[in-house]
Amino acid sequence: MARRTMQETVHTTIRHKARSGESSPKSIGFLVILWLAILFALVFLTVLIVTTFIDGWNRLDSRLFTEYPASDPEDAGARPAILGSLWVIGTTALMTIPLGVAAAIHMEEFANRHHWFSRIVEVNVQNLAAIPAVIYGMLTLGAMGLMGVSNKNQVWVGALALSMLILPVVIIATRESLRAVPSEIRQGSLAVGATPLQTVVRNTLPAAVPGIATGSILALSRALGEAAPLLLLGGLVFLSFDPNGLTSGYTTMPIQIFNWTSRPQAGFHELAAAASVLLLVMLLAMNALAILIRNRYQKRW
Amino acid sequence: MTSVTARTTPPTPDLRRRPRPGDIAARMGFRFAAGLTIAITLGILIALIVPSVEFFSEVPVNEFLFGTRWAPRFADASFGVVPLITATAWTTAIALFFAIPLGLGAAIFMSEFAHQRTRRILKPVLEVLAGIPTVVYGYFAVQFIQAVVFRDWLKLETGSFSVLSAGFVMGIMIIPTIASISEDAMSAVPNSLRQGSAALGATRRQTALKVVFPAALSGIIAAIVLGVSRAVGETMIVALAAGQQARIVGGPLEAGQTMTGFIANAALGDSRVGSLEYNTLFAVGLLLFVITLLINLVSIWIVRRFREAY
Repeated sequence: MARRTMQETVHTTIRHKARSGESSPKSIGFLVILWLAILFALVFLTVLIVTTFIDGWNRLDSRLFTEYPASDPEDAGARPAILGSLWVIGTTALMTIPLGVAAAIHMEEFANRHHWFSRIVEVNVQNLAAIPAVIYGMLTLGAMGLMGVSNKNQVWVGALALSMLILPVVIIATRESLRAVPSEIRQGSLAVGATPLQTVVRNTLPAAVPGIATGSILALSRALGEAAPLLLLGGLVFLSFDPNGLTSGYTTMPIQIFNWTSRPQAGFHELAAAASVLLLVMLLAMNALAILIRNRYQKRW
Repeated sequence: MTSVTARTTPPTPDLRRRPRPGDIAARMGFRFAAGLTIAITLGILIALIVPSVEFFSEVPVNEFLFGTRWAPRFADASFGVVPLITATAWTTAIALFFAIPLGLGAAIFMSEFAHQRTRRILKPVLEVLAGIPTVVYGYFAVQFIQAVVFRDWLKLETGSFSVLSAGFVMGIMIIPTIASISEDAMSAVPNSLRQGSAALGATRRQTALKVVFPAALSGIIAAIVLGVSRAVGETMIVALAAGQQARIVGGPLEAGQTMTGFIANAALGDSRVGSLEYNTLFAVGLLLFVITLLINLVSIWIVRRFREAY
């Protein structure tokens, strides 16, 4: 904050000292190029949203929510995909958040930083976050092969792949929010006789909850939009029933969009666009919730 | 000595640390969760290597790495991965061609020129680009960029798919990655450098390009390298927009199947565990993993080697 304002003053000073140079064609041209770079990205974003909306406008109706996939685009809907996405993401949340928070607590509050194992875990988490999503699908595929699970199209299998994909993201976000809790809180708790575990459970962790919630919701929104790992796990199926349990068959919104986009008929492309709009709205809602939690509950120390 | 004091004073409460089985169990639980991340990495390695070993017992490594014909499902099957690599190289190069100048332009603007208020609005808006699902980008690439912009408006000589549309859209997707990390690196350059530069009469453009940019170079290169690794591993955009035919790509308007595109397409077919087709999937996956791992390690090395500490 302070540094930023200082930079602003520096900039104003520069403006005063070298006015002639700042308004030279070269300088103005440079600034225009920078503006164009940002403008290009913003125009792209607008065009993407607007064209998807226009393409899907005719099919943004109740059929999208009530109908099952069909060979005629007029009768097709995304009902099983919507419910499947909710099942898979819900299961992913239940699997990932406790594990991610526990791992982050260990790394941030208990681990000896200089121990070789801690260092390996540290670098490993960073590296896991940069591994392509499709590789997590292959890992789960291989694991199911070893475990002898032949029917991979089950909600828990898909959720397992997505959990491993977003686990590093949840860990990194949780560590950052734990680190933001000032050490005075911990010291105060320890000074009145709480054990380190009590300190974490009663003081540090509750103080970090808003940050953890925000980070987890953003990670889950990434999982909601991800299709590649599930494609490998047989997620592309035509369901004529509602997914209704952990071992139920499923398909998800991104996979449904992928399938409809790769069909030749224009009617399916409209459906793909309509489902994309719905997916974007769901993601927007999740992001809004994350921002709301951050602004409403996050403490500034 | 303790026995002497105990005799003269009233009995003191036992202040020694009591064993707390709950504590130990909880800590073990936390440690287990952290260790699980290592298990995931080992799991990835095992899951990729075991089928790959079987694959390479049937297909020589040389034929795989340097063969120029990829036709794993044909009767006269051929397993040369070069066509897939050329398609990946094209889409990645095109993505970087767009993402590097646009991302760095945005970063320089936000770090060196924008007012705080502008920056506070621009940054989250750019981040929206990173939040859009890749399958939606894929839809946009094939249905709008390729079909409408390239074919209808620009009248380019291209089919339903091209590495250009996939690469271009992928480039826009990685703008936030490059912009955000580079901006952090440039914002971390101390103001004394900017002041020094200004004191010598440099304009803000000169300061940004000749002082701040070089000082933040390690962070900027790390940002670009991360962008490369995302482009190489991106699956849904190329699966939808780049094409499904594995052939050596000679130009940006041609279609081609990338490594990830092959994985996505092979996943749609039903292949038995342990069959050559199944193992092929993992051999390509292993190659992809090794390439992205190398890129990530290079990035970590660059940051360590060239970091300017202030």
